[in-house]
Amino acid sequence: MRKLRVSAPVLLLMPAILVIAAVVVVPLILSFYSSFTSFRLTKPETLFVFIGLRNYVTVLSDPVFWTAFGRTVLLLTIALNVEMLLGLGLAMMVDRATRGQRMLRTMMMFPMMFSPILVGFQFKFLFNDNVGLVNNALQSLGLTDQAIPWLIEGDLAFFAILVAEVWSSTSVFAILILAGLLAMPREPIEAARVDGCTPWQTFRYVTWPFVMPFAYIAMTIRSLDVARAYDIVKIMTDGGPARRTELIWTLVGRIAYSDARMGLANAMAYFSILLSILFTVYFYRKLAAARTQIAAEW
Amino acid sequence: MATVTLEKLVKRYGNLEVVHGIDLAIRDREFIALVGPSGCGKSTTLRMIAGLEDVSAGTIRIGGDIVNDLPPRSRNISMVFQSYALYPHMTVAENMGFSLKIAKRPADEIERRVAEAAAILHLEPLLHRRPSQLSGGQRQRVAMGRAIVRHPEVFLFDEPLSNLDAKLRGEMRTEIKKLHAKVQSTVVYVTHDQVEAMTLADRIVIMRDGHIEQVGTPDEVFSRPATRFVASFIGSPPMNLVDGVIDAGFVVFANGDRLPVPEAFRGSVTAGEKVVFGLRPDDLYPTGHGLHSGEATAVHETALRVAITEPLGNETLVFLEFAGREWVSRMLNPRPLVIGEPVRASFDLARAHLFSAETGRAIQRKGV
Repeated sequence: MRKLRVSAPVLLLMPAILVIAAVVVVPLILSFYSSFTSFRLTKPETLFVFIGLRNYVTVLSDPVFWTAFGRTVLLLTIALNVEMLLGLGLAMMVDRATRGQRMLRTMMMFPMMFSPILVGFQFKFLFNDNVGLVNNALQSLGLTDQAIPWLIEGDLAFFAILVAEVWSSTSVFAILILAGLLAMPREPIEAARVDGCTPWQTFRYVTWPFVMPFAYIAMTIRSLDVARAYDIVKIMTDGGPARRTELIWTLVGRIAYSDARMGLANAMAYFSILLSILFTVYFYRKLAAARTQIAAEW
Repeated sequence: MATVTLEKLVKRYGNLEVVHGIDLAIRDREFIALVGPSGCGKSTTLRMIAGLEDVSAGTIRIGGDIVNDLPPRSRNISMVFQSYALYPHMTVAENMGFSLKIAKRPADEIERRVAEAAAILHLEPLLHRRPSQLSGGQRQRVAMGRAIVRHPEVFLFDEPLSNLDAKLRGEMRTEIKKLHAKVQSTVVYVTHDQVEAMTLADRIVIMRDGHIEQVGTPDEVFSRPATRFVASFIGSPPMNLVDGVIDAGFVVFANGDRLPVPEAFRGSVTAGEKVVFGLRPDDLYPTGHGLHSGEATAVHETALRVAITEPLGNETLVFLEFAGREWVSRMLNPRPLVIGEPVRASFDLARAHLFSAETGRAIQRKGV
């Protein structure tokens, strides 16, 4: 008679394995499986109707999806670039601060302390065409006498979302780049000044190569963040007007819960994750290259 | 022509004044060493010459032109930093050619001048490496290479050898000396190491607390220190310096021990004057074991006890009890000594120094 003997490490890890299986592995497998079915939340039995790749074909041939996909990439591109420029500027100014630097650093992080939902509400109010602060300010300054329909006209709504996104997350760049600037030795900068560099050349040839890896870390984090943007858009425009601000995840959410077509939504979601993976791989490559370049010791 | 002239140069940080109006005229092609303990203002002075620190008051001239308000890049200087300050993302060749690239020199000229500098410093095999792949000594050579490709009028060195181990420091010291002979530029070299200053410099500037204590050739600062501080700072082991009072032709120490006032100072001191008596270890030796024992000039002999010995092989440092403290003496051709052993000690008074206890300045010798 041989009893099944489980080794102690496996036994001790079992609770953790079970929990992870229950909350991660099973849902992952289930959702992946359901992307090959015509699963609708309203008809539970459809979970067992296997339809092969038809959901994926539907998604990839759907112009609405591709528009949302393209808009997400656009938002990501603009937001990341703007955030990086602003973050770099902020970090360099705080780095120059001779006193109160600690307080400035803390203040810089304030936007990150708010829930994106609240940020969404806040900017929804700011950009409201009737009572919003933005229109109010523009009118008081005499720049316009009209109520600009910030959240109603498509491009303006995209702009408003971009502003909210940038406001809430520029500090990610600012903080990481500041960390780079603070870790940077002073002597190469002084050597560059003696070597004949103007302040701009010093930045271009000495400071920037050193800070670049830090910017790439921020890029990686933020590209994942923006690629899954949902909350701010959900609150501010809910993808509207007429899908003019629809992003991948607002579309996925709508199809999954409003239309109850879970199978299709899952197919869309799995395809979109590719986007995030691609960005991550890209920025990691850049990061690794930049690190070797400055021979970073971390 | 690249003289460097400092006039009433002052540096203040807020209310704290760290350089108190120093004057210094550095000649063309001269090798000047600024030495002093840390915090004496030597690095600050160098950084002001480089343009990395603002000048609070006074003027700096390079080649006759006032450069106070010029940025570093317009001063035609180059600088070697203690931490090398190489650009980590550039190869050795790029590091060395960077200033020329910034100055928009043609590529073939950059290549030629980098190759020249690399040849002088034996850096040819390393040109395509990055700083992280180099040893400390190699990095320091690259830093010097970066300085010489520009053919500057003035070289500034900020403690360039402090981060190297003792052996390498000795080798690099020789390299710097050869380099100066080759490139013939004016050099301002900051160090806290008196050996570097003595071996390299044409003239040494000894600084303390933001003042210049003395400017002179290595020989002058060693054999005619202008102040008590210079006497204690230059020379290893340092000069024996003991407080005493002049009384009837003698320097009387606190415990009553006495030495005759050296011939050269008779007439320059008055009875009751408080002085500091100084004698280098070379000029105090167990009788018959001294540097100058063959040409005894004004030797005062007395019996003393050995407190402790430090044998160094070719010589032994003997600590002798006298005037209530230990005096270092240098014993050439040493023989074994036992602690507590009585020896005859020779004080070469012709080479003794006297400083005013009040001002710390050297007391005038007769006929000088």
